[in-house]
Amino acid sequence: MPPLSIWFVRTALLYLALGFTFGALMLSNKGVPYAPELWRLRSLHIEILMIGWFIQFAMGVAFWIFPRWWQEPRRGDERGAYLAYGLLNIGIWLVALPPLLGWAEPIVTTGRMVEVAAAIAFATHIWPRSVGREG
Amino acid sequence: MPQLTRAFIKISFIYLLAALLLGLLLALRQLVSLPAFLTAAGPVYFHLFLVGWLTQLIFGTIYWLFPAANPPRPRAEKWLGWTALILLNAGLLLRVVAEPLATLRPGTFWGWLLVVSAVCQWLGGFAYVAVVWPRSRERTRKRRRRSQEAV
Repeated sequence: MPPLSIWFVRTALLYLALGFTFGALMLSNKGVPYAPELWRLRSLHIEILMIGWFIQFAMGVAFWIFPRWWQEPRRGDERGAYLAYGLLNIGIWLVALPPLLGWAEPIVTTGRMVEVAAAIAFATHIWPRSVGREG
Repeated sequence: MPQLTRAFIKISFIYLLAALLLGLLLALRQLVSLPAFLTAAGPVYFHLFLVGWLTQLIFGTIYWLFPAANPPRPRAEKWLGWTALILLNAGLLLRVVAEPLATLRPGTFWGWLLVVSAVCQWLGGFAYVAVVWPRSRERTRKRRRRSQEAV
């Protein structure tokens, strides 16, 4: 597994742990209410698990497992994938934190744009690697 | 394919079927009157999909696909992996029953069952992270080859 995939996967696992923690807090609070403000974690819970866990994990495994070239660099131009990792993790927090902290809505919009940029950056890397054995 | 992977994947597809059936029932509420238990099952529907199917499908596949931990610890991995499977599914099944009932009858025993469900799923998730974390690494074989090439 290449270093970038290890970063993607381990970051995704941290988000999984965090997302499950927030989910467990909200679910237990739904059963036996003890802190009504926990419900504000909902946006964080969804963003962290949907983008931070599922999408990030898929990117990490795709970077590792998609076909490689016969010659170096075997994974082609990796800059798009590295850029995607950075942008995705900035975007997640720009989307997830404003509802929790009462920040302005344009920050969420900016976060979504950063996430779209991450998807485009990753696609530019992985697109040429989506090939059969015959190339 | 390891036994744990097969268990995760087969169970995940049962959840997929359950989620789709529940989705169908929830869609029918526009046309026919359903028991209150079912109408309060909206969050259960999403979690059957995302935890029951997708997360467990990923868990099973990772366990099969990722390189072994270094140093190998097959017993600990097996134990943690099965613990994750049991806790996650126990928690999710408890949620399926307890969440709609706790919504309909707040302040009852069902609320406490929901707490147990939350704890089970949380522990299950952490058990799985403990399995996979050391396995997200470079393969030793490649590292050896690289160091040989360097020499």
